[in-house]
Amino acid sequence: MVKGFRRLMAVLSLAAMTILMTGCGEKLIVLNPKGAIGKHQLDLILISTALCLVVIVPVLILTFYIVWKYRQRPESKAKYDPHWEHSTKLELIWWGIPIVIIVILAAVTARYTYMLEPSKPLEHEAKPIVIQVTSLDWKWLFQYPDQDIATINYIQFPEDVPIEFRLTSDAPMNSFWIPQLGGQIYTMSGMAMKLHLIADEPGSYMGMGANFSGKDFGKMQFTAKATSQEEFDAWVKEVKGSSPALTNEGYEQLAKPGVSDVETFSSIPAGLFERIVTKYGGHDHGGTGGESSTEHEHGADSDQAATGEMPADMEMDGDSSMNHGDHASHD
Amino acid sequence: MLDNIKDFASDFFVTGDPLIYGADVSIGLTMIAVVFALTYFKKWNWLWKDWLTTVDHKRIGIMYVIAALLMLFRGGVDALLMRTQLAVPDSDFLSPEHYNQIFTTHGVIMILFMAMPLMFGLFNLVIPLQIGARDVAFPFLNSLSFWLFFFGAMLFNVSFVIGGSPDAGWLSYPPLSEMSHSPGVGQDFYIWGIQISGIGSLMTGINFVVTILKMRTPGMKLMKMPMFTWSVLSSSLTILLAFPILTVTLALLFIDRYFGAHFFTLDSGGNPMMYINLIWMWGHPEVYIIVLPAFGIFSEIVATFSKKRLFGYKSMVFALMSISLFSFFTWAHHFFTMGSGANVNIFFAITTMIIAIPTGVKVFNWLFTMFRGRISFPTPMLWTVAFIPCFIVGGMTGVLLSVAPADFQFHNSYFLIAHFHQVIIGGVAFGFFAGLYYWWPKVFGFTLNERLGKWAFWTWNIGFYVCFMPQYVLGLMGMTRRLSTYGWDKGWYELNLTSTIGGFLMGIGFLFQVWQILHSIKFMKRATGDPWGGRTLEWSIPSPAPLYNFATLPQADEKDPWWEEKTRIADGHAPLPKPKLEPIHMPKNSGIPFVMSSFWFVAGFGLVFDWLWMAIPGFVGVAVCMLVHSFRYKTDYYIPVDEIERTEAAARRNV
Repeated sequence: MVKGFRRLMAVLSLAAMTILMTGCGEKLIVLNPKGAIGKHQLDLILISTALCLVVIVPVLILTFYIVWKYRQRPESKAKYDPHWEHSTKLELIWWGIPIVIIVILAAVTARYTYMLEPSKPLEHEAKPIVIQVTSLDWKWLFQYPDQDIATINYIQFPEDVPIEFRLTSDAPMNSFWIPQLGGQIYTMSGMAMKLHLIADEPGSYMGMGANFSGKDFGKMQFTAKATSQEEFDAWVKEVKGSSPALTNEGYEQLAKPGVSDVETFSSIPAGLFERIVTKYGGHDHGGTGGESSTEHEHGADSDQAATGEMPADMEMDGDSSMNHGDHASHD
Repeated sequence: MLDNIKDFASDFFVTGDPLIYGADVSIGLTMIAVVFALTYFKKWNWLWKDWLTTVDHKRIGIMYVIAALLMLFRGGVDALLMRTQLAVPDSDFLSPEHYNQIFTTHGVIMILFMAMPLMFGLFNLVIPLQIGARDVAFPFLNSLSFWLFFFGAMLFNVSFVIGGSPDAGWLSYPPLSEMSHSPGVGQDFYIWGIQISGIGSLMTGINFVVTILKMRTPGMKLMKMPMFTWSVLSSSLTILLAFPILTVTLALLFIDRYFGAHFFTLDSGGNPMMYINLIWMWGHPEVYIIVLPAFGIFSEIVATFSKKRLFGYKSMVFALMSISLFSFFTWAHHFFTMGSGANVNIFFAITTMIIAIPTGVKVFNWLFTMFRGRISFPTPMLWTVAFIPCFIVGGMTGVLLSVAPADFQFHNSYFLIAHFHQVIIGGVAFGFFAGLYYWWPKVFGFTLNERLGKWAFWTWNIGFYVCFMPQYVLGLMGMTRRLSTYGWDKGWYELNLTSTIGGFLMGIGFLFQVWQILHSIKFMKRATGDPWGGRTLEWSIPSPAPLYNFATLPQADEKDPWWEEKTRIADGHAPLPKPKLEPIHMPKNSGIPFVMSSFWFVAGFGLVFDWLWMAIPGFVGVAVCMLVHSFRYKTDYYIPVDEIERTEAAARRNV
């Protein structure tokens, strides 16, 4: 069955490609992905569209046919049967067909949901590059802990290297979305979410803050640039050489509501991201969020990095049973 | 002293925007004109006795419809302002703050103060007539429901000129809606406007569940009820279970804002995500609450204008009830991107897809009701026929959105906006328009002009597709919702401009509808009791229905009792014998619902501004009203037989 879908998908992708070739197709960026995740998501979009069309198209045709054929007119020869109100056979058919379609779609969805779980690392030989994302009022702060640089409203990364985004917010919830690389995830205060993406080719991709977060939310757009490894290294070097350092005080300024242009910083205060995540945990941990916490596996089931009394650098597993509501139970 | 007053006034009133000054002036002038007209024509007494204090479901229904149409106008103007802003890139027609307010009020008004009251209006206008009842089960409560809705809606709308409108989105996600990020009074208007009208909605739900279960005419078993009645039952049951969640959620938000608690705040262990879960536990069923009655309306209309029995009655009932059940298990599909993990997302994806099955079955049953029928196309049927393909496509995009990993690419984009407008306009609005057109002659006793109705229909429909089809594409281009402006570089302008044109076409469609109504009032054509060749009991009585609806309770042993009766008479059989006239037991009017709801308004307004000197008397007033009502013993009366005879004779002359 899966094989059949692959074939169907291929046909549909071809159809989509044809659309893309024609002028405005280029702009349909969701249908024109440049990364593995976005491509899988496109596959899924095409599969589900095809499955729906299997039902929709005949029904649309049937609608027009029935409305046309049985319209009232003096010389109508169409059959008129005012008492015909039930047919077990027919009703079984139209309970049955949607059930079958939904079962197939559910199976496909389940498979893809596990496959595309955003917190799951991508299978790739290259070591992922880590980017810590913080949504602020109304700008994006990106920190590169391994390169020790930071940027505002701009990210650059090497192509064909997995990117591990760790996302949080120091403001009302937003949503981090680079349509051509793959789907979005919410940035929420007090939680460190994960999103794994990859760019298959160099390019400049549009990034959006997709979830409304107040006055200048519309200004929360950024550019995500994929380049060669060398260009990326050169860029990091340039940032390190020419930009000011980001200090804790500098961050306090950044966190204040307002919009910002693209900026770069040559270094970041140790543990800043962890402090942002933990500051909403109910207690102020000051600077306790050490380097070690960057190693933590904040899986999907425990997206609240710090809760209640938990020290920020305590080990937390991806399958921790903790849920958002019960801080008290961890006292 | 003078400066103090000045300061107060500049905080209290919304200032600085010419649009709002214009609105201030027109609101003021309208109010003066209304007061003048009522005084000049000596209509105050008429207003009070016939409308403000009425407990008659037909009049309450009419008031609901009028209020809903006014709100449709306001919500529509909001929509057109947004579309005007988005028509061209880098537009500064509206500031971001103003834009944020407008999309917030547009959403709240369209769902809670337009769709809900229009729906309640149709409940009131139709249900008692359709089940052969004299009124709803609790007429006093019904009036109270209406006035609570009305004053809640007014409280919300007042924020436009006083204090400032809410601007955190129609569901007001915290922490944006918390004191920390929205210190103004807009959010408090939001909370209290919705709370007060929400109590009314809950009571309407209770009222119609009881009415349908207890007040049916002899012979009408549950499985003989008209499909609209079934849909109202399923919708009302859903209200019963869903609205308490809304009330509690907003109460918690209020406690956060007013008493400084931390249910949903950023700091001190508050959990904004909890709010998002709670609000959608109400919010998703809410969508079904408004669309289920629309399904019922289509079922009635499709059978009437195909001159054929509704196909697959039992399937239809089962589908309605299963949709209302499943609607409670899909809420998290509104935030697949919250990262709850694969298992949670799969669960909610599948429950969402499951709802597509009964919905699809309903479409097939409508089609096969038309199959082997004789279909005619007056306006109610036009809207129904237009609904089917529109809803099929909207439903399909809904299924696409339910595929969780794909939703990661659709979420928060214009694809989503296009989807829910397609199901809510194509389903709910088309449905309620169809219902309004269908039952209009029954309610008012005159028919609407068909030619203008067709103009309205076509401009609305063409406008709809021109407006929303481009939005699907914009979503695929990465345009996110609630953006107040965008740059030329994005390449979104052609489609946005197209969409704006479509929006204005729909606005013209609305104007045609207003014109149609005014024209039909001016050149009034009397309607008979049964202008469409109806099938159910409401068409067996004169239009408009007399105060007591049915002089004698009809016997309803079959599914389409009036159609069967007409068929029997046409076949030369005698009509069913009518029982002897007896005095009819009726509820008395009461001013308490109006007064009590005004006190709610006072209390709500006081709480919005944190003025306890105003809020406390408001609540005391509410309590006193309850007390006074508890000691009212003469709440009913009998209409004597000779008066019924006179009314019936007069009505028959009219027919």
